[in-house]
Amino acid sequence: MIAAHFPILQVVVPLMAAPFVVLFRNGTVAWFISFAVSWFALAISVALLGQVMDAGEISYAIGDWAPPWGIEYRVDKINAFVLLIVSAIAAIVATFARASVEKEIPEDKQVLFYSAFLLCLTGLLGITITGDAFNIFVFLEISSLSSYALIAMGRDRRALTAAFQYLVMGTIGATFILIGIGLIYMMTGTLNIADMAVRIEAVSTSPTTVAAAAFIFVGVGLKLALFPLHLWLPNAYTFAPSMVSAFLAATATKVSVYVMLRFMFTVFGKFFTFEFLPESPILIFLASLAILTASTVAIFQNNLKRMLAYSSVAQIGYMVFGIAMVNVSGLTAGILHLFNHALMKGGLFMALGCIAYRLGATSIEQVAGAGRRMPLTMFAFVIGGLSLIGVPLTAGFVSKWYLLLGAMEKGWWPAAVIVLVGSLLAVVYVWRVVEAAYFRPSPDGATTVEEAPLSMLIPTWVLIGANVYFGIHTDLSVSVAKQAAVQLLGLAP
Amino acid sequence: MTAFLEHYNYWIAIFLMMAGFYTVVARGNLVKKIVGLNIFQASVFLLYISMGKVEGGTAPILSGKPEVFSNPLPHVLILTAIVVGVATTALGLSFIVRINESYGTTEEDEIQHMDDEP
Amino acid sequence: MRHHLVLRVVSKLLIPFILLFGLYVQFHGDFGPGGGFQAGVIFAAGFILYALIFGRENAVKVTPPRVLQALMAFGLLLYASVGVVGMINGGNFLNYSVLRADGVAGQHLGILLIELGVGITVAAVMIMVFLMFTGRGR
Repeated sequence: MIAAHFPILQVVVPLMAAPFVVLFRNGTVAWFISFAVSWFALAISVALLGQVMDAGEISYAIGDWAPPWGIEYRVDKINAFVLLIVSAIAAIVATFARASVEKEIPEDKQVLFYSAFLLCLTGLLGITITGDAFNIFVFLEISSLSSYALIAMGRDRRALTAAFQYLVMGTIGATFILIGIGLIYMMTGTLNIADMAVRIEAVSTSPTTVAAAAFIFVGVGLKLALFPLHLWLPNAYTFAPSMVSAFLAATATKVSVYVMLRFMFTVFGKFFTFEFLPESPILIFLASLAILTASTVAIFQNNLKRMLAYSSVAQIGYMVFGIAMVNVSGLTAGILHLFNHALMKGGLFMALGCIAYRLGATSIEQVAGAGRRMPLTMFAFVIGGLSLIGVPLTAGFVSKWYLLLGAMEKGWWPAAVIVLVGSLLAVVYVWRVVEAAYFRPSPDGATTVEEAPLSMLIPTWVLIGANVYFGIHTDLSVSVAKQAAVQLLGLAP
Repeated sequence: MTAFLEHYNYWIAIFLMMAGFYTVVARGNLVKKIVGLNIFQASVFLLYISMGKVEGGTAPILSGKPEVFSNPLPHVLILTAIVVGVATTALGLSFIVRINESYGTTEEDEIQHMDDEP
Repeated sequence: MRHHLVLRVVSKLLIPFILLFGLYVQFHGDFGPGGGFQAGVIFAAGFILYALIFGRENAVKVTPPRVLQALMAFGLLLYASVGVVGMINGGNFLNYSVLRADGVAGQHLGILLIELGVGITVAAVMIMVFLMFTGRGR
């Protein structure tokens, strides 16, 4: 009986935990509740993915109001997969958070910090699971508002300006999405995504529908930091507390990519994605620019967190690249990279969190000699870096392989070249860190081994280990991603 | 011309949207940016609310008699969006208060200048 | 503001009516226009007027931030628990009809409790926002 309520429990448990945490006024209790709730959410999302794989789509009508009139939560293969990514990262990051937050957040702010983290998790899970367009906007704002607050808790005062910049750009993005949803509602009279997909066919030639698609596309583009709308991202990730950088980098942009997939394929599929997109190079062009420019800029960064942030912009470029191909291999690559990038960026930002914990800063000068002082952490960073480059036997290789396959199927040789050049640029910026950490003496001449506490190292290694595991055992991630791609393209399975 | 005037609610929404957007982009003062953001959001609220109007319809309150009602759904949606807007404004202003406390200014270019010199 | 006799007398007269109107909007919400959001803001306006006229220190004595924080959390929990009770009674989340044996009575009870939760949270948040902003920079 309880299994039937899994879709709503996925969202409501973290939602209820957020105010519950506030009532306790104790950082340790707050952490423990967040920790327990995140793992519980992971268990539910695993169960949901199992249900969807066995029995097909699940629909849950809130308040027993039948869709399309009531709000419907709808789980299919693609969003069950994204739910799994978000809750898995949340569970691992929540485990990691204890020591990191203790050090970086003042005692009296910790309770509110965990409360905001739970709200952010609620928002991200809500965006993913809901089948109602307006609900997407509401959950988007829940997750965005709490992530602005989380970023502003960084120790540097520049965290405040970064959060403010993100707030302004994020609100504009969300308002654009709101306009887009309003215009679709005007044309179709429905807010239910599945119903919308059916009714939009009759009005697909109307300029209002095209305008709605444009508004939603730009709004989501702002949220997922698609080049050149990525300006908020580097500062936000650089100055946020370590745990927040790891969580947001691995989940927030991924969920936005999912929203883009949902609107592009499920709602605007017929006229936009399958007719307009293959004719127009706009997405491919932006994605290529993202890969090349952001990777190049990443090479010149002194702060490693900022370097990884620019690398995130480039990686989002790869995802959009795959999506823009509109064929099974490309789309599989995009969805797969969603998963793999969450693993690698989560792991890398957590490794940087360990470095910040011991060495106090994450600039390249500070990291010098860290290979001897923090061998386990730096080795984790190197493996994560290899995955970022796309070296065989790591997860990064698998998604790039499918990306190349997709490009070959289309006969896009220049695209393959861009993917390879992007990987070479990644080699350069990862190598800079390796060179500093292993071949340069530490700034104060210290050589004693001072590892980060185990409560931080183990979660970091779990994610880094997952990079290697999913690089070798590709069946699970690839088969789910492929089925999701087939479903989005509307092909028979 | 009549086509222009018949859709006056859209023209108001577009005008407000552009005015708000321009304020966000062109003003260097952070408080003015938040004001611009508010105008920008308000334009969307108007767009939604005017969309729900049914000609000759009354307020959607049940009175027992069959009547023509305006569509209440956009109003409900926008109530949520207004609450989100209030939360965004409060959060933005609280950032500005803290920025002012640590930088001593709310002008964007001065803040940028202070960040550039370490 | 404490020295302005007119303002003090008028606001002393007005505040009970503002609060009463807030309660009216709150509890009449399931029959006519109104509801938790509007009521919460009106209710908070009464407290904010009090804080403006009689000083922030006195207002903090009436509504200490700790209590406000607890109320914010309580309202949201009330809302969500109504949904969970609906789930325990055999319906889906937020199904009010199963709250009572009679479906219509259940709908009434459900929306009343939900709006009460919204009203409490909105009022507490509004007062909190005001107190936090006025507490800075002095």
